[in-house]
Amino acid sequence: MRIFFLYSLRNLLSRRLTTILTGIGMCLVVFVFASILMLSEGLRKTLVDTGSYDNVIIVRKGATSEVQSAVERHQAAILETQQEIALGADGKPLFAKELVVLINLPKRDSDKPSNVVIRGIEENSLILRQQQIRIVEGRMPKPGSSEILAGINIAQRFKGAGIDESLTFALRNWNVVGIFDAGKTGFSSEVWADADQLMSAFRRQAYSSVVFKLKDTSEFDELKSRIETDPRLTIEAKREVRYYADQSEAMSSFLRILGMSLTIIFSLGAIIGAMITMYAAVANRIGEIGTLRSLGFQRSSILLAFLMESLLISLIGGVAGLILSSFLQFFTVSTMNFQTFSELAFSFSLTLEIALMSIFFSIIMGFLGGVLPAIRASRMKIVDLLR
Amino acid sequence: MALELKYLKSKKQMDFKKKFIEIRDIYKSYRRGNLIIPVLENISFDIVEGEFLALMGPSGSGKSTLLNLIAGIDKPDSGVISIQGVDITTLSETELAHWRASNVGFIFQFYNLIPVLTAFENIELPLLLTGLSKQERHEHVILALKIVNLEDRMHHFPGQLSGGQQQRVAIARAFVTDPTILVADEPTGDLDRVSAEDVLELMTRLNFELGKTIIMVTHDPKAAKKARQIQYLEKGIMHAHPQIDV
Ligand SMILES: Nc1ncnc2c1ncn2[C@@H]1O[C@H](COP(=O)(O)OP(=O)(O)OP(=O)(O)O)[C@@H](O)[C@H]1O
Ligand SMILES: [Mg+2]
Repeated sequence: MRIFFLYSLRNLLSRRLTTILTGIGMCLVVFVFASILMLSEGLRKTLVDTGSYDNVIIVRKGATSEVQSAVERHQAAILETQQEIALGADGKPLFAKELVVLINLPKRDSDKPSNVVIRGIEENSLILRQQQIRIVEGRMPKPGSSEILAGINIAQRFKGAGIDESLTFALRNWNVVGIFDAGKTGFSSEVWADADQLMSAFRRQAYSSVVFKLKDTSEFDELKSRIETDPRLTIEAKREVRYYADQSEAMSSFLRILGMSLTIIFSLGAIIGAMITMYAAVANRIGEIGTLRSLGFQRSSILLAFLMESLLISLIGGVAGLILSSFLQFFTVSTMNFQTFSELAFSFSLTLEIALMSIFFSIIMGFLGGVLPAIRASRMKIVDLLR
Repeated sequence: MALELKYLKSKKQMDFKKKFIEIRDIYKSYRRGNLIIPVLENISFDIVEGEFLALMGPSGSGKSTLLNLIAGIDKPDSGVISIQGVDITTLSETELAHWRASNVGFIFQFYNLIPVLTAFENIELPLLLTGLSKQERHEHVILALKIVNLEDRMHHFPGQLSGGQQQRVAIARAFVTDPTILVADEPTGDLDRVSAEDVLELMTRLNFELGKTIIMVTHDPKAAKKARQIQYLEKGIMHAHPQIDV
């Protein structure tokens, strides 16, 4: 077994150029494969981390995002009186009525406009997100003023969104008095303003959503069924984590489908490349195969030796591709969140599962590329091999 | 030397009288499209143990074909090839591969060494198919290298050796498993005079000192003279003397 491994490896080394070229093909495919999985995983993590398990978000029935949702003032008032809502230090419910609007802002580097989420918040909004959010610069805005907080990704990438700068929208100037970091969550790509100021600036009558914290998370199901069947309320209640996970679903699966189609096309190329390499290897070593067979090696050993060669190339290529893609973790990308049509920044995320899948994928490619040439090598008759 | 070679000799007691290889009524033809080309017709002869047989004859007369049949890498259309009482024409392909591994040593015209393996590893290759331990394999290979006088070259790759040296490595690979028969198809065909002499001398020693049964196909009358016996194959039929000048 050891000698077969050695034999395959030395053969690969002896035709270095074709080995490297074939390996590069495999490497690129695995790179694309891994990076798309990492992208989709990074997106999922970002959106899922945005939610907290004991927070509940209320949107209009059927709304897939807060942008499309509306919760009327009287509905919000009914919701605020629910007994399951946790109380804050001041004895009032930990309950926030929020407004989400999209505005167009120019980017710092290109001046190109892009959508940004502006969230109208109440004091409780910050308490409800205290696990995710940290003010990193400046201070909290005064309630009832046109002072705003910018998420760190927005502050960096959009004109006028930095500390002590100001943004203009809805015919008003909004001063940025603080920058908050919400880690890898979607909040980092939002601007937060006073909800009432935002409502009047945009002439909105209804909130977009209502968020509150549960006293006891196990009461969620009961509360949900009660408020969703209340004839005065046409709303839907979701755990915040569930809500953001659902949001990531569509994007992730879009990315996955796009990525998989790309990888399948590329991998066909790589497999054919490996096949050509291996057919050439078999053709070059016809006499060698004949010699091995006459010495008493079985057909299966020949099959194995050539298959091993192809698997080795693909494994080396695959590992190289994976290493290459792991560097992507240091990059942050921004993309359109198709659920809200706003900018969302997130990074590539490499998990053990993705690493294993990539290696497995490269092995599959090596197998598919090597199996036919290997079968051919093992099928021929000894006398024909030795002629 | 005699002491070193004990393991090679001990396997069987030599018995020159006993029929060792019996070839009976061999027919072999090749098919080329719809055409059937008869190559061997009704070949029958015996080879005794310890024989050194040279097989001569014009090109295309079927010498290699016959050698391949005896070596078990091809099958006749009909007939019996019995070697030490085993009719190898009845063996399955897998059984035949096992049989070759323990009974046949091959020497080819173009040496057929594996280019990516060293001299040592090439010689070790057939031993991998035996049950020998790594240590035993090592001892066998070293002994074989001594016999062909190439110990100092054991870590060289075939590309780093001359033709004659490569053929000596190939011969070492052929006898290292202590096979029942050695088959050689034009072993000197690709060598210069001096190297050819070396190789023939080596084969003669394997026959004389170790009692190896050797069947050698050759075009070279000088090579054939080293053999104990010469047979001529002409138009698919065996003769004890040449029918036409070769
Ligand atoms: N695998 C094969 N398929 C078809 N025809 C073959 C095959 N092997 C040999 N032949 C034919 O059989 C005949 C005998 O071939 P063989 O190789 O046994 O001759 P040979 O005596 O060894 O010749 P040479 O001295 O040139 O090596 C030739 O006509 C050859 O063309
Ligand atoms: Mg021949």
